[in-house]
Amino acid sequence: MHRKAILFLSPSWILLLLFFITPMLLTFGFAFTNLSLTGTDAANIQFIGFQNFTNMFQDPEFRISVFRTLIFLLFSAVVGQVVLGLILALLMKEKARGFRRFIGVIVIAGWVTPEIVVAFCWVAFLSDAGTFNSILQGIGFEPITWLFTFPMVSVIIANIWHGTAFSMMVFQAALDDVPKSVQEAAVIDGASRWQIFFRVTLPIVKGSIVTNMMLVTLQTLGVFTLIYTMTGGGPGNATQILPIFMYNQAFVNYQFGYGTAISLVLLVIGTVASLLYMRFMKVKL
Amino acid sequence: MKVSKKELVIHYLALIFLAICFLLPFLWLVFASFDQQATQAIKLPEKWTLDNFTAILSDPSNIRSFAIGLFISLGQATIVVIVAGLAAYPLSRYRLRYKRSFLLTILFMTSLPITAVMVPVYQLFLFLNIQDSIIFTTIFLAASGLPYAIWMMKNFMDAVPIELEESAWVDGASVLTSMRKVVGPLMLPGIFTIAIFTFTGSWGNFFVPYILLQTQEKLPASVTLYQFFGNYGIIEYGKLAAFSMLYTMPSIILYIFAQKYMSKGFSLGGASKG
Repeated sequence: MHRKAILFLSPSWILLLLFFITPMLLTFGFAFTNLSLTGTDAANIQFIGFQNFTNMFQDPEFRISVFRTLIFLLFSAVVGQVVLGLILALLMKEKARGFRRFIGVIVIAGWVTPEIVVAFCWVAFLSDAGTFNSILQGIGFEPITWLFTFPMVSVIIANIWHGTAFSMMVFQAALDDVPKSVQEAAVIDGASRWQIFFRVTLPIVKGSIVTNMMLVTLQTLGVFTLIYTMTGGGPGNATQILPIFMYNQAFVNYQFGYGTAISLVLLVIGTVASLLYMRFMKVKL
Repeated sequence: MKVSKKELVIHYLALIFLAICFLLPFLWLVFASFDQQATQAIKLPEKWTLDNFTAILSDPSNIRSFAIGLFISLGQATIVVIVAGLAAYPLSRYRLRYKRSFLLTILFMTSLPITAVMVPVYQLFLFLNIQDSIIFTTIFLAASGLPYAIWMMKNFMDAVPIELEESAWVDGASVLTSMRKVVGPLMLPGIFTIAIFTFTGSWGNFFVPYILLQTQEKLPASVTLYQFFGNYGIIEYGKLAAFSMLYTMPSIILYIFAQKYMSKGFSLGGASKG
């Protein structure tokens, strides 16, 4: 290899090796140990084989966390952000420029806002005496303790609010790429609006939809801050998705071996999703 | 495609409705921050005041946490731009034997959730005895941002024609000089995009400093804001909102600044072409 190439690449290699690849390898290593921070196990780390994993799969808390994670991914990422983003992009198409910008700025504000602040905004919005309940009472409904009665719905909506702008911008860019001539040709051939959408527009933007869906899924898989600050995983464990479960096992119960085993599950899900994503993207190098 | 007038009205109404849904939670934050008697519900302040902001800014420990946040984010962005720039150069310009596998690894790493490795990272920091260090937290954040930055940087660099550099070499410039004087200035929009993207990601990051830093005096704004919420959030809505606004400001300003460059990044690398 070029000597200069090695020289230029080495800083990034060193950083990635030390702080990215090593932790990933450690995940594999620690997941098979009884590593913990306190107690007698802290002094002598032991290899315990698949013990953490057998415990994990027998742990009802783990199974329900996986289920919650899938619900969170499905509704906040796939259904929420992707569908709402597509609807927004479609509605905004061919509207007055100023209006388009105005709507865009409002949606993007939620995306630019840091996760913690998103959490505060939504805790206040959904709280007992919050804005949403005042509106409900204004139109004659009983107020609802959203964060206690529907905690999962609350965090899903907050995450949709935070993430939709990204999908919207991706779809706007994709829709702008649809050549006008193709649509006009379809109109001349007598296609209806729905036919044009499903037969012309959708196939052209399909690539963006799939890629965007994978990206959003991967981002959502790593969501910790939003839920941790909004509900702390509660009430009870009602919003304890895998990252929160991992945090609680490792940093609250000090079961690092177990916590790492949960990390490994997250990494495996992430790896599968990311390999799929790379396949769909058909990377040209 | 002609849309009937009735339908157009429905489109506009739907968009306005969605915009209101998006606006209300954020508008609460804005109003509450200027209101000393702020409550959980959105309302216009009876008296607009800056008292909440002065209260937050007059506490030296808040200023310190903003400064630390700024240090971490600027540090991370600087390291990422330099290291990714160096790495992108051979990846963009040279024929290398393992280029394809290296780039695929990089792309693979961009999409892994960093949350998943934080438990072993904490262990690693304990083992190396570098936990509770602002510098190493910054370096770790830089490493975690590298894959994406290298990927973007390479794409931006590919767009700079090599002929320009060749003429610089003919004039006697070294590779480093031509990078600094020719390639760098031409891909400035790309560099800004990466720097701003890294900065805002780091500024908004709560989980990494929350895990890797323990001493109260070393915590950046993201963590102190969380503590403020835990300690006073339930009573002092106005101050919480003001703190949040101050904390959100850099992200918004940088986004506005970056907007004209960033739109290019949204066609997902040509994937939209089907």
